[in-house]
Amino acid sequence: MSQSISIDDIEVPFESGQTIMDAALAAGIYIPHLCHNPCLKPHGSCKLCSVEVNGRSVSSCTTKAEDGQEIINNSEKLNKARLTITQMLFIEGNHLCPTCEKTGHCTLQAVAYHLGMLDGHFPQFYPKREVDASHPSIMLDRDRCILCELCVRASRDMDGKNVFAISGRGTDSHLSVNSPTGKLVDSNIDKDDLAVHICPVGAILIKEHGYEIPIGCRTFDLRSIAEIDLGDVKLSEKSQHNE
Amino acid sequence: MSIKYPYNPTNHLLHVLFEEQQRAHFISNNAIQNISKSLNLPHAQVEGVVEFYAFFHREPRGQFDILFSNCTSCGDAWLRQRLCDKLNVKLGETRSDGLVSIDQTSCIGMCDHGASLLLNNSLTITSLTAKRIDQIVKLVESSTALQEWPKHWFDISDNVHKRGLLLTEPFQPGSALKVMIEHNPPEILNEIIVSGLKGRGGAGFSTGLKWKLCREAIGDAHYVICNADEGEPGTFKDRVLLNSYADLVFEGMTICAYVIGAKQGFLYLRGEYRYLLDTLNATLQKRRETGLLGGNILGQGFDFDISIIVGAGAYICGEESALIESLEEKRGIPRIRPPFPVTQGYKEQPTVVNNVETLATVAKIVLHGHHWFESHGTNRSKGSKLLSVSGNCARPGIYEYDFGVSLQEVLNDVGAENVQAVQVGGPSGRLLGPDHFNHLISFEGLSTGGSLMIFAKHRDILALIHNFSHFFAHESCGFCTPCRVGTRLLENSMSKLCNGHSTAYDIDEIKHISALVSQYSHCGLGVSAAHPILDGLKYFQKSFEEKILKKEMEPEFDLDSELSEARAITDRDDPGAHL
Amino acid sequence: MNKIRIATTSLAGCFGCHMSFLDIDERIFELLEHIEFNRSPLTDIKHCDICDIGLVEGGLCNADNIHVLKEFRANCKVLIAVGACSINGGVPAMRNHHQLAECLAESYLNGIGVENPQIPNDVEVPLLLNKVHPIHEVVKIDYYLPGCPPPADAFMKVLGDLIEGREPSLPKTMLRYD
Repeated sequence: MSQSISIDDIEVPFESGQTIMDAALAAGIYIPHLCHNPCLKPHGSCKLCSVEVNGRSVSSCTTKAEDGQEIINNSEKLNKARLTITQMLFIEGNHLCPTCEKTGHCTLQAVAYHLGMLDGHFPQFYPKREVDASHPSIMLDRDRCILCELCVRASRDMDGKNVFAISGRGTDSHLSVNSPTGKLVDSNIDKDDLAVHICPVGAILIKEHGYEIPIGCRTFDLRSIAEIDLGDVKLSEKSQHNE
Repeated sequence: MSIKYPYNPTNHLLHVLFEEQQRAHFISNNAIQNISKSLNLPHAQVEGVVEFYAFFHREPRGQFDILFSNCTSCGDAWLRQRLCDKLNVKLGETRSDGLVSIDQTSCIGMCDHGASLLLNNSLTITSLTAKRIDQIVKLVESSTALQEWPKHWFDISDNVHKRGLLLTEPFQPGSALKVMIEHNPPEILNEIIVSGLKGRGGAGFSTGLKWKLCREAIGDAHYVICNADEGEPGTFKDRVLLNSYADLVFEGMTICAYVIGAKQGFLYLRGEYRYLLDTLNATLQKRRETGLLGGNILGQGFDFDISIIVGAGAYICGEESALIESLEEKRGIPRIRPPFPVTQGYKEQPTVVNNVETLATVAKIVLHGHHWFESHGTNRSKGSKLLSVSGNCARPGIYEYDFGVSLQEVLNDVGAENVQAVQVGGPSGRLLGPDHFNHLISFEGLSTGGSLMIFAKHRDILALIHNFSHFFAHESCGFCTPCRVGTRLLENSMSKLCNGHSTAYDIDEIKHISALVSQYSHCGLGVSAAHPILDGLKYFQKSFEEKILKKEMEPEFDLDSELSEARAITDRDDPGAHL
Repeated sequence: MNKIRIATTSLAGCFGCHMSFLDIDERIFELLEHIEFNRSPLTDIKHCDICDIGLVEGGLCNADNIHVLKEFRANCKVLIAVGACSINGGVPAMRNHHQLAECLAESYLNGIGVENPQIPNDVEVPLLLNKVHPIHEVVKIDYYLPGCPPPADAFMKVLGDLIEGREPSLPKTMLRYD
């Protein structure tokens, strides 16, 4: 018997074992997300993909789809919460888009565009984080890391290398490199590893390839991260509270 | 995958790192490299663990490493400052001669003893006074070996003031096991189920059902874990149970093992209670020698042993899946649930994690039968509850009541007067004022893991809430965005408020962040992190209103101090050098 | 009808937002039928009168920036943060990685080509803040116009909305942080 869930009143079929996110992606429904990638084990840390299932907030990437679930995804309330979470990610790091090679290709930025983010809203943390430029062809700029652990998982589960890990705790959490010196150059990373290319932000970059695509032709210049558009962006901060 | 039985805890990463920290006063890069080699763990995993747990350090600490509790009950900022001043060391730093370092740490479970500190991660000094601080200063300055320090400083009494169902009669080691072996595991399981026992840690899940689910789960091995990571500020009942009723707890674990079919158990002891370790190990050894633990228990062909793993300063490890991660030598990050530990716990195998008090109660239920237990408490909360009472009262300590006792009755018994507020269940619980003192303590009423902190009228309620918001920001594991960033924002907002720089807008912001953190966090820490603030806004609204400025907005930082570095560099102090 | 009075300033920024504003080219004549400029680098008027709209480019890096921002907030009914630097510190905030003393030493003492090394300490020179900050951390901001710089069309859109008495908004295609 075929099973289905409803996402914003659209019936979406799924197969046993699929998460809400799996089912939504297969059906072409966009649920904002940063730490999820279909080829890796779900993680559930960014919390952008929070949806409401029968009135309860859950991460859609880690919650199994169950027949008959009524799911709210694209609601004003959820998008405001997602906007606040995105602002949190911006202010806890040093996300200075004009200075970043990833700009125009950055998923964090694209999600922020999608959600209509105008500013970071909160006071900036301006953390001091270490840059690792030791590797001849790979650059690690922790200022832009959002702790999604995509690289950690890709290296461990796809590259079979375990190059990255998270260290510290709370707002001191940071990406660490699995090598005796803690430097990339002393790890067994290779520039063709999935872990190098999966970074959604500009934290891990291939050197000497910045700004190759001119402004106006970059990934998110050409298309929105979602099919759905939430309409024009009001420029007032006042209306952006998530109640 | 299962582990070798019996488990040898010597090579557990947390223990190896502890030894290294004791030896070298820090964990160097070299040490990380050597340890990762010898334990065959990835370098980054060892580094991750070192930097996750508060008791390991990447920079050298002093020969005397002092961690002062910053709990509202067992901390004391004035005494702490006195210690810093007299030893001429800044909080959070190591003195340049390497003799001493002083830092603060979350509640160390000594709330019934007043101001307390941890010394060299292994000893606890309670009942601090200005005089004792001065004596400590002398001993430190003279580099007096710890063995020469007054022995009685390290004595920690139980302070049990009221005994009920659990604590009244002394327990004969083995007595519950002797009853147990008269029955098969399903019969014992049934006894626990019908008793209606619910977990004493706070969540209140049916113990019998948890055991049943675990027993039925298929795996290579089953495990029982006693959660003695009693980190909720204001809670110290497990300390007392482990100090004076350890046999009861171990017997409860053994009964659980019998029911679920476990051969190996773990007691996860919070690092702050390391001083109990030797005695606990001696108790385990005695139980092995008397046939109550190890191979062929009571000659019935039932094998079960218990190993103790000691934590290293991380409140989050009280969350059962984070605790399991920690047991697995990793950072204490709560897992995605489901799957729950009963099906995939330690080493992905079916695992029961129970609170210390729950397991102690289990042994008593088996000993006396479920009728004995059921006849106490309320309809939906059977039995009794140990309360750890601290704060502004005449007789802080342990009080055991049947469920259904009113908060007011407890306050009367402990000698609390002029009470402004009570924090029930610690910072993650509820902050209540006198309007709620007639409420009853039970799972269906005022639910609590056991912490009861009393605040008299003279206490600054905002400062208390600020303390709790600092606690959560410090203890957030950092896994999910709302909790990692949100708890830090809340702490900063409470600082701004307490410093008198907040407006109505800032209060709106606090509400907004609190709602987000509560609703979207990954685990219970985040979900409950805003409780003190939200309760404060609800029940102590006046305190907030009196503190806020009647203007549209105040800057997020102090403008004048933002020029301090430039003033120092240029040596300027003219009017233009100030804002 | 009275013209809408607009003040503009550039704090810790590069004037790029002002340049982009001027990229509206001849549309400025159309605009000037509805608006007049008060304090602005375009007019060289040094202090604000009461204005309808204030456009603030740049973040806060020194004591003077704070004074100017406060003057704008006190005199402008509507205050708009314009561009990346005003919104999150932008490029000037890259110095937040370093201690102020290190930055000054690099610029005035040890940098390549420095002659007569000394850190300026004249009372006429505004003191630097310990860190660069976005402007919303100090005064209330009514609207945000992101971009580095915001495109000329975005200026036109926002001012057009305000002139017409509409709540200003931007089409998604004009929402860019770079």
